[in-house]
Amino acid sequence: MVLGIRQAPVHVTGWLRGGSLGRLSLVARVYVGAVAAAGLAFVVRGPLGGIAWLEVAVLGLLVVVCESTATRLRSRHLSWSPNSAAILAAIVLTGPVGAAVVGGCAVFGVRRGTSATKQVFNGGMMALTGYLPGEVFLLLGGEVGTPGQSSFPELIGPFAGAALAHVIVNYSLLCGVLWLTGEPGSAGQQARALLDPRVALTELGYCAFGLLIAALWSVLGPFTPVLVLVPLFVARWAVAQFAAQQRAYEATVSALCQAVETKDFYTRGHSERVSRGSVMIAHEIGMRGERVEAIRYAGMLHDVGKLGVPTQVLQKTGKLTDDEFAAIQLHPMRGLDIVREIGFLDEALAGIMHHHERIDGRGYPMGLTGDEIPEFARVLAVADAFDSMTSTRSYRGARPVPEAIAELRRWSGTQFDPAFVDAFVAAIERDGWTGPDTAAPQSAGAAAAHDHDDPTAPLRIIESL
Amino acid sequence: MTTTTRPRRCGSSKASEAVGERRYEPRGFPRQVLDSGQSLLVIFAGVLLIASVAQTAAAGPRDVRDAIAFGALIAFGELLRLSLPGDRESAPIATAGALAYAMLIQVGNHPARHTAQQVIAVTAIGMIVGALPHLAVGRPARLSGMAARLLAVACAAGVFRPLASNPEIGRHWWLALPVMASLVALAWLVEAVIEALIRTDALRARFGVALVDEMRVQLPLGTAVGASALLIAFAAEVMGLAAVAMFTAPLLVTQVAYRRYAGIRATYLQTVRALARVTEIGGYVETGHSARVSRLAVSIGRELGMAEPELLELEYAALMHDIGQLSLRDPIPGGATVLVVRDEQRRIAEYGAEVIQQAKVLDSVAEIVRRQSDPYRPGAGSTAANGGRGRGRGNEPPLSSRIIRAANAFDDLVGTSVEPSRAAAAVERLRLDTAGEYDPQVVDALGRLVSRRSVLGP
Repeated sequence: MVLGIRQAPVHVTGWLRGGSLGRLSLVARVYVGAVAAAGLAFVVRGPLGGIAWLEVAVLGLLVVVCESTATRLRSRHLSWSPNSAAILAAIVLTGPVGAAVVGGCAVFGVRRGTSATKQVFNGGMMALTGYLPGEVFLLLGGEVGTPGQSSFPELIGPFAGAALAHVIVNYSLLCGVLWLTGEPGSAGQQARALLDPRVALTELGYCAFGLLIAALWSVLGPFTPVLVLVPLFVARWAVAQFAAQQRAYEATVSALCQAVETKDFYTRGHSERVSRGSVMIAHEIGMRGERVEAIRYAGMLHDVGKLGVPTQVLQKTGKLTDDEFAAIQLHPMRGLDIVREIGFLDEALAGIMHHHERIDGRGYPMGLTGDEIPEFARVLAVADAFDSMTSTRSYRGARPVPEAIAELRRWSGTQFDPAFVDAFVAAIERDGWTGPDTAAPQSAGAAAAHDHDDPTAPLRIIESL
Repeated sequence: MTTTTRPRRCGSSKASEAVGERRYEPRGFPRQVLDSGQSLLVIFAGVLLIASVAQTAAAGPRDVRDAIAFGALIAFGELLRLSLPGDRESAPIATAGALAYAMLIQVGNHPARHTAQQVIAVTAIGMIVGALPHLAVGRPARLSGMAARLLAVACAAGVFRPLASNPEIGRHWWLALPVMASLVALAWLVEAVIEALIRTDALRARFGVALVDEMRVQLPLGTAVGASALLIAFAAEVMGLAAVAMFTAPLLVTQVAYRRYAGIRATYLQTVRALARVTEIGGYVETGHSARVSRLAVSIGRELGMAEPELLELEYAALMHDIGQLSLRDPIPGGATVLVVRDEQRRIAEYGAEVIQQAKVLDSVAEIVRRQSDPYRPGAGSTAANGGRGRGRGNEPPLSSRIIRAANAFDDLVGTSVEPSRAAAAVERLRLDTAGEYDPQVVDALGRLVSRRSVLGP
């Protein structure tokens, strides 16, 4: 599998998809041009004599087919297609130049929404991922030609070296183009998506197919790729299914959360925004991909338990009785009750349960202090309070972002973890924050009189507990 | 901590608390219950195993190195079992390894001379070794699944081993390939049939439906397994035993991708099951209502011969059928929608469908939820209730909606009671309304389930 750019990063979709070179920066244009030219140069320089053209044609066709059906990675910036196998097989069967021709066939991949610039870049890059590892293969003592019984296991070493070189060349060229065409903030994120160990593992797995194609050539001839394609396409199918299921899952969770929020106009969209804020913090502190996913869901689901609090308590004006306060204090536990059955990270559950704890130990439901509070809960608490402050409430208007930031800073160390407050503020200052629509509700009848998330207007009870 | 978590719910009673205890059990698919059909299968496989081991031992094992290599691969594959949708389990790497071993013609320089019995013995021993760690950590052994895989491999080996010594087969790949491909397909079919028989037996599904379901679920992975088996059998000729190691990596990739897919599918279902309970926590419906209705609806659907994708949609819709109650200001006493007026029912259904439609991927589920409040025959029964929507005779609600309507009414009437007479009375009451309200076919299926006692009780 070779990674290639398909979809521009979300925020720059326009110019890459449009395919106009005019708006690319000069350095980026030079880079894309250089990659394409280098790929072409290695093919033209040859030597073209003595190449097994039947193999090149079959494998080139394979690359075109793979390229035309490439799957988009979840990050939406990258795609992958299982054509590493074809290129690496070409290295063994036809040598570096043949492999460069096979890789260059990526130019002819037919896909909607890919601009000519990207086609050219991908073609040049894949030619290089064929040629350079091919030289590595020769350097390590690999023999070009259809392997026979005597070639094994001696062939495995050089092949593994070529596969490694292939992955490295592919990744570095791709990182380069993402870095040059992306905005500075997103470059790190893209690099993280690329360096996901699962992606790298999958890729090396696909490389192994290359050796199988080469090894079987002496037995099955040009029929080999057909047989090899089958498991590849099943893996691709599963990846596509996974992506579709994940989108469906996210949409369903978000729809159900919105249904829960409809009870109270003022908190509409709250879960969605807390989720977004928590993810911003998570990215800022460099959390791993899986944990970021988990905190995204934790943010969406953190207030589900509020449904168990009677509406008249949530909407009560004035001070609360002990019992009513206890009912509110129970909502994180009720949320946990609901989501406990969901098999995602335990961390997310802990986050939902403890998102109202305070660093100074005066929170609920358990009154944990400092580092006793799970990391997820400390992240959620910051995003939760911030969104509450920047949203309109029946008893006050929405506060502007700078004021809410000042408020976060004020409670930093007593209510919030200072590290996460700093991370959140840094992320907001760089990327901005989109709050809710500030339009007033049509009917103020069902409005809550206080917000349990709002640190500036804490719940007041008649008697202390 | 546990003492503080007990939520106070509207209308909660001792009975509902008792039901709460068993509410979380995996639904629909009884795990590891060996009934007569399955034990017969396992015994048959056991006899086959003993006979094969005895014969192999008597004749002397051939090419011991190959046998050990493939046995290790099979054990490894069995260790990395894969959960598939619908509580299935599969061991792609083990199956591919066993099929490849069955179809070896030549390993490196020497021809493969092992017998079909040896294939069965090696496969079975490999599977058992690979299953031991599962047992050690307390996971079920899944003997019937292992037996099905062993029989499938035995079929392929039984046909191919005698052919393998034929020099013509070894010489021309274009002769060997079609034979091997059809044997792989045969093995796949055998496994699907056996699995379908097991499910028919255990879930009282219809065999035809179960077989189609099984084949649909197993097709993508089965194709990959079959192709990989062919690949390794051919590759062993050039690469010798190195092929065994090399080939494991690519199928591992397929398996990793597949595992993630199966994982998120399972999480999805778990999440909907969990979130459907918001109506319970909010005091809108009785504890366990959504879970009971969905379990009952799926049973009825299976009784009526619905296929798995439809059953999944039915389950989602049944779980979320009351989500529309969130739009109500005050919960209905006891959450029994059967007791409120038709217009209110319709409004709840409509709102629930709107919520589900927001997800954009569950439109058919939304449609099922929307139509659950429609009577079976809008023309008959109470004509005023038609609400002037002009849904005529030819436009009856989808089967899933009719099932949920009946299951919901049944649960509202019976609740957590385990009294058989009460359930029978509830079915009778629904039967009285089959002229217009409930689909007679659905009520009949419900009646059959009740009389088999598969609805009530733990």
